[in-house]
Amino acid sequence: MSIVLFRVDERLIHGQVVVGWGTVLRPDRIVVVDDALADSEWEQELFTMGLFGELAASFETIEEARAHLAGWRAAKERIIVLTRDVASMRKLADGGLLRGEQINIGGIHHAAGRRQILPYVYLSDEETRQMSALSEEGAVISARDLPAARKVDLNEMLGNNRET
Amino acid sequence: MSEAGVRGIILAHGSMATGLVDAVRQIAGIEEGVLTPLSNKGLSPEAIGDLVRSHVHGPTILFTDLQSGSCGFAARRYCHDLADFVVISGVSLPALLEFVMNRQLALDELAARVVERARNAIISSPGDAAVNEHRAVSR
Repeated sequence: MSIVLFRVDERLIHGQVVVGWGTVLRPDRIVVVDDALADSEWEQELFTMGLFGELAASFETIEEARAHLAGWRAAKERIIVLTRDVASMRKLADGGLLRGEQINIGGIHHAAGRRQILPYVYLSDEETRQMSALSEEGAVISARDLPAARKVDLNEMLGNNRET
Repeated sequence: MSEAGVRGIILAHGSMATGLVDAVRQIAGIEEGVLTPLSNKGLSPEAIGDLVRSHVHGPTILFTDLQSGSCGFAARRYCHDLADFVVISGVSLPALLEFVMNRQLALDELAARVVERARNAIISSPGDAAVNEHRAVSR
């Protein structure tokens, strides 16, 4: 497997991804799947400023990423796939493209309309629905901000949501 | 409120910014409002940008810990339109001391001076000992 991590993280390329996960997973490339960023060269430059060593980054629309998934899985390089929100990951998964894949929920922060699920995960009702839809597409969802942290599966997350 | 001069904001992970301001206070005794500590903890990139913008009043240097990461990125992405606003990454105590001692300078001149000082302040020992060899008075 050459995709070593699928992750939803509002901050996209940042310390937890590059240092925290990068140290453990040793990726060659980070692919950011985001329709807006794929069309914004100056923002791409900002994100790539933080890369070090041989680590590369690329930015693709959801449609481009869907077309490239099979190639990434067969590639020799080790790839981290990032989206900034659950909705984008769900669109990437549409039609069962991520069936059986582990999806890491890394950081969705406080904002109006969201409720706290975990210290680093806040979800709106719509995002909760998107997460359930992603699961129904066959993806295996869990939350973990860093590799050494406890893995929280979807049922526990949604249980937390119901309790609050 | 501080006297006129460039103001500083430190934006960093966890409680790093608070610790740095405390260290600068111990060494240089700064006035209220000269250096403002901010944390990115629990904030989305947009919220980090809003937080920074709410603290910018006049010429400002924003110090971030990492060049990229959420602090550096949010500062550059969401505050790029601010006038008299400079972002310096890799914040350190030498950089902050240079800032507070010279913040009456023009913003660009001050920023360049702070960066140069911070770079020069990183040395290893004994590897870089020769840099200060000429200062020894007992030779």
